[in-house]
Amino acid sequence: MRTFLKILSFLGLTLTILPSILVFAGRMELQNQHHWTLAGTVLWFATAPFWLDGKKKLEN
Amino acid sequence: MKFEKFKSNLDSIAEYESAPVPPSRLKGWKSFLGMYAGEHTAGTEFVIGPLFVVHGVTAFDLVTGLLLGNLMAVLSWAFLCAPIATGTRLTLYKKLEKICGRNLARIYNLVNGVMFCFLAGSMIAVSATAVGIPFGIEMPGLGDWMPTSIGWILAVFGVGLVITVVAVLGYDQIARFSNIAAPWMILVFLGAGLAVLPELGVKSFGDFWQVANEKIWVGATAGDVSKFTFWHVMFFAWFANMAMHIGMSDMSILRYAKKWQHGFASAAGVYLGHFFAWMAAGILYAVVLIQIVPQGMTLAGYLPTIGSDQMPSVAPGPLATYAIGISGAICVIVAGWTTANPTIYRAGLAIQAMMPRVKRWKVTLAVGLFTTVAACFPALVMKLLDFVALYGLILMPMGAVIFMDYHLFGKLGLAADYAEKQQSNFNPAAALTWFITLVAAVLLNIFMGVEIFFLGLPGWFLAAMLYVAFSKALQKRETMQTGSATV
Repeated sequence: MRTFLKILSFLGLTLTILPSILVFAGRMELQNQHHWTLAGTVLWFATAPFWLDGKKKLEN
Repeated sequence: MKFEKFKSNLDSIAEYESAPVPPSRLKGWKSFLGMYAGEHTAGTEFVIGPLFVVHGVTAFDLVTGLLLGNLMAVLSWAFLCAPIATGTRLTLYKKLEKICGRNLARIYNLVNGVMFCFLAGSMIAVSATAVGIPFGIEMPGLGDWMPTSIGWILAVFGVGLVITVVAVLGYDQIARFSNIAAPWMILVFLGAGLAVLPELGVKSFGDFWQVANEKIWVGATAGDVSKFTFWHVMFFAWFANMAMHIGMSDMSILRYAKKWQHGFASAAGVYLGHFFAWMAAGILYAVVLIQIVPQGMTLAGYLPTIGSDQMPSVAPGPLATYAIGISGAICVIVAGWTTANPTIYRAGLAIQAMMPRVKRWKVTLAVGLFTTVAACFPALVMKLLDFVALYGLILMPMGAVIFMDYHLFGKLGLAADYAEKQQSNFNPAAALTWFITLVAAVLLNIFMGVEIFFLGLPGWFLAAMLYVAFSKALQKRETMQTGSATV
């Protein structure tokens, strides 16, 4: 489960930056980039808190 | 009943304000990496980046100034602040109490706390520029110092209250949120800058340098705006967090580090936040700025013909939303939040040290509310560069005092932690050092025209020399008095 969540989180991060790279490369419109980036944002915040436990790290 | 239980939970949050951090609570480098990356990729970066454009920095001066200035900042954290933090495991405020005595430490804490409040206020204001977007709230302009509307005040209060509640819950909660938000936030900053580059004419990375010189950092300013050089950029980057490294405020954070080398984790913060994020924010502003240039004119040719009131607002919310959509607005809110949180936490610690009997959470709550009121005034944002330089300068002399006391006093045959040893409430050597250094800085500024960004370096050496000289005189006098009393 943890691995699955991690994969989703990294997918979220990829969706956050990749659309901007595609806009820069002329392969995507700015409006579409807004939607995809938002999807990445939602995915990151919906999954990262379950495995990226800042509190646990602080104790290490 | 529920409130009593909640209050009891808050009272039990141990932050070791008055005692060294125990070994069981020490933290590894990863938590500092997350903390620094989150804290220095802040909402205020969205303002500082555009302000470099406003002040007419050239592309070469910006890149070289940021590289060198940020390196100096990392070295300051690693070699000045971290060794003392890990050597003592104390907060700055507790260490100051030992050196300066309770009364002088109280004065310092008050000044420190107020400065932190204003800084956190600017971060709350930045977040509010994003919160206000869906409600169509008019953003303050470059020349606005006072609140511009009721909507603006409501947006500021909404953000301020949330940030205050999280800060009240303590350091671990803040670090946890920063760790989670940091990687995403950095990518949004970079993505925003990258996505608007084609609008400036950058089609490949090879075009960037030419466009950067002709359309972003063009080396020209509006008629009534001062021009920045390499030296401004370098010293600003070095001293942007002067209060925290040279001024030793980050002792409060780095005292949790297992090793002093964890101070190098600050590189994650400054190179992501104070290099890439400042540049990305500058690019965002340039996209808006270039739109006011009449056809047939260049930005460098047009800017000197207008006043600053004719330049677009540097409000980060709309800028980020234009580039990357709702994610940009969320990023501005979160970026302001992750920076304002530790800043309010530090302010809470500073003020709490003045009244140790009052629980930290109560003090933090009061500090958060004061900060929120301050955030209503856009002057904090529009004059951010000057304010950041000023707050570092005011707190810096005490950092020099701690450095000399910790590293050199033993070698010089002087007593360290003088106030504690003498059971004194006021160390006049430290007080005179602080006061005279600041007076000298003001005189240099007024009579020799030295800008505020350049006063920190000579100020530190002056403070270090003054503290040794005054301590020698003071401790010699005390020794003579003790000796004659014994005879």
